[in-house]
Order: sequence, then C-alpha cells, then structure tokens
Amino acid sequence: MKAIARSKPRARRAILASVAALTALVLLVTPGAVSRAQSPVSPVSVVSIDIKDSKFIPPALTVPAGTTVRWTNQDEETHTVTSTTNLFASAGLDLGEAYTYTFAAPGVYVYTCDLHPFMQGTIVVK
Amino acid sequence: MDRMNRRGFLECMAWAGTGVVWTATGGILSSRVLPASAAAPAGGGSFSFVQVSDTHVGFKGEANKDATVTLQQVVAKINALPTPPAFVIHTGDLTHGQKAGAFDTVTEVLKGVKTDNVLYVPGEHDVFVDGGKEFLGRYAKGGPGWQSFDYKGVHFVGLVNVLKYKGEHIGALGAEQITWLKQDLAGLSSSTPVVVYAHVPLWAVYPAWGWVTEDSQQAMALLTRFGSVTVLNGHIHQVLQKVEGNVTFHTAMSTAFPQPAPGTAPGPGPMKIPEEQARPMLGLREVRYTVGTAPLAVVDSTLA
Repeated sequence: MKAIARSKPRARRAILASVAALTALVLLVTPGAVSRAQSPVSPVSVVSIDIKDSKFIPPALTVPAGTTVRWTNQDEETHTVTSTTNLFASAGLDLGEAYTYTFAAPGVYVYTCDLHPFMQGTIVVK
Repeated sequence: MDRMNRRGFLECMAWAGTGVVWTATGGILSSRVLPASAAAPAGGGSFSFVQVSDTHVGFKGEANKDATVTLQQVVAKINALPTPPAFVIHTGDLTHGQKAGAFDTVTEVLKGVKTDNVLYVPGEHDVFVDGGKEFLGRYAKGGPGWQSFDYKGVHFVGLVNVLKYKGEHIGALGAEQITWLKQDLAGLSSSTPVVVYAHVPLWAVYPAWGWVTEDSQQAMALLTRFGSVTVLNGHIHQVLQKVEGNVTFHTAMSTAFPQPAPGTAPGPGPMKIPEEQARPMLGLREVRYTVGTAPLAVVDSTLA
C-alpha cells in the first residue's frame, strides 16, 4: 500500500508531463491554432476569369479580401491583364496562358488589356 | 451619289481583292480589271510602291501555323510584280507581341524584296511590352517614329498611333505629333499629292473593337486643303475603303491571318478558319502614281 501511495504523485507528474509535451507538440505542429481559434476561419480561394472573344468573362466580380483571381486567355490573340492604377500587370498572355493576382485589401479595382483598351473588367473586394 | 449606298459601297470594296483597280473622282467610283501582265503607265515621274501590313511574325493559330511562311510568299509576289516598287511601306504589327527574334525575322525576310527601301510604322503588337523602346530603337533611330519624305513630288507622312501619349491609350496621335504634322505640311502647296500611312485606321471604322483613332479629326483637318490625299492603314486585317472629298482611306489585308468584318463576330480576334480558307484573305497592295492624275491607283492582290 505504501508503494502505491508513493507512486501516485510520480505517475501524476508523468501524466502531466506527457500532456504538456503533447500540447506543446500540437501547438508546434499547428502554429496559430490558438490565435485562429479567436477569429472566424476564412478558406483560401481562387476565382477564375476567362479572357475570350476579347472580353473578360465575367466583366465584374465581387470577392472577399484575400481571394486570388486567375485569368486564363482562351483567345488566339494576345491579351494582358493590366490595372488602370498600375497596381498589377501581366505579361502578354498567349492562348492557354494564365495570370494570377491576390487581392489583399478591400476596394474597387479596374483593369484593362494593354493591346485592346476597349476591354475592361472590375474586381470589387470586400 | 445615285443608288450606291454605304452597304453597296462596302460590298463593292470586297472585290478589291481580285486585282481590280478602283479610282474615285468627285466621289464617284469607277473600276477596271487589270490584266495580269499590266505594267504601270510609262511617263516621267510615275512610280509605284507596295504596302504590306500586319505580318505578325511569331503568330501561330488555326488560320496560319507559321506567319513567316506567308510573309515569304508575299515577298515572292512583290518580286513577281511587272514593275518593281520604288519602296515598301509596312503599316505595323510587324511582330506578334514582340516575340523573341521576330523583329530580326521581319527585317531579314523583307531584305529579300527587290526594292530600294522599306519604311515602318509600328502596330500595338510591336510596342506594348516595352512602350516602343525596341521598335523605335530599330526603325526610328530612337526617335518618336513619325516621319515624312518626298518622292517624285509626292509627300509621304508616316504617323504613330499605338503609343500611350500622356495618358491616352492606343488609337491616338497625341498633341506633340499633331503639332509636328502641322509644321510638316505647312510649306506644301495644296496641289502636292499626299500619302499618309499609320497602323490604326484614321477614320472610325468600328470603335467598339478599337478600330478608331480618337484624335484623327485634328490630323485630317490639316489635310482637307490638299487636292489628293491617300490614307493607308492596317490593324483590321481586311480591306475597307472610304472616300471623303479629296481623301481616300484604305485599310489593308494582313499577310498572317484575317479578322472578321465589323460586328460580324463576338470579337475582333483572328478568324478561326482552316489555312486554305484563310489564304485568299491575306495579301499585299500596290499603289501607283501617275503624274498629273489623282487619286493614286490602289491595287490589292491576295495570296491565293
């Protein structure tokens, strides 16, 4: 009886130590898990826009902040994706080539094609 | 005009691809079919030159697997003309998107033309990557690209309407160039025949597709006093013509791929048709000047 009584605090310490170690491991493996638990989870998302028949399709899009937009050229003609405020600019895109930009800050972003100024698109970031 | 309305005019213009000479006097069109072996009329001071446009070297698509091949075919056709041209004018889009090596290819292939000189004005495909640095360095000694010269009493003016001048977008001449044009024309008598060449059409062909130069009215106002003005443009990859008083506008075929007639497709891009269907829609233009006559005679011929 005396042996069991003496081993209980040691076992408790061992259990506490392993739990602490496990917790530390969990915290290390999932950094920000504590802070993430304090704000809503927002998944990373990619939204697609097609460039076809010299148009951006869809021409207007509303997305949450942090969204990555991916433009893909479906035309044989070369196009660019160029912000009208010089915020972002793709190279010339050939058929099948794509360009991505991640919109971190809310706002209204107008863009055009350097070769075809009649082409216009808008991204509204909320 | 009698029963020739705008649609009829445009339908008639479609025949220009089959070796028909159209001349217009006082707004009335008359035509004659050229026999294949016709040479330019003899006479001191008469000459001819060739316009090629939209060679798009570097382009690969359904209508053309290799734009360099069709350009070489056009050079062969130029060299087969009964009268060698005094010079060749290229109205832009030499390259497709300034692809690596494309400017070299264009220059080299056109060196094969039996002529004394080749003149170039840029298209938007030649300048959008670097704001015109490569093109202007190669073909304009780093200058602004607009140019003029006289040949046997005819005044030639090359304009640039594909660069962004002070916030304008492509399809504009800009104030500095218009000022230059005014000074360039100032000393000429109104009986001097004038030929103007530029990439984007200098009349409103189809603004919804960017087929317009937004400040061209200011340039055209400087030209109305002349007895004969011939405007040669490219950009739209088809022949369309317009007569306005003493001014005749002609857009040209491409040597690379055709584009749809205004409003007949969802967009202005390359027509997606097989090569054998596209070839008869590609070609070159011969322009002939005979002393004492106006306007200049424009002869379009196709690759097939």
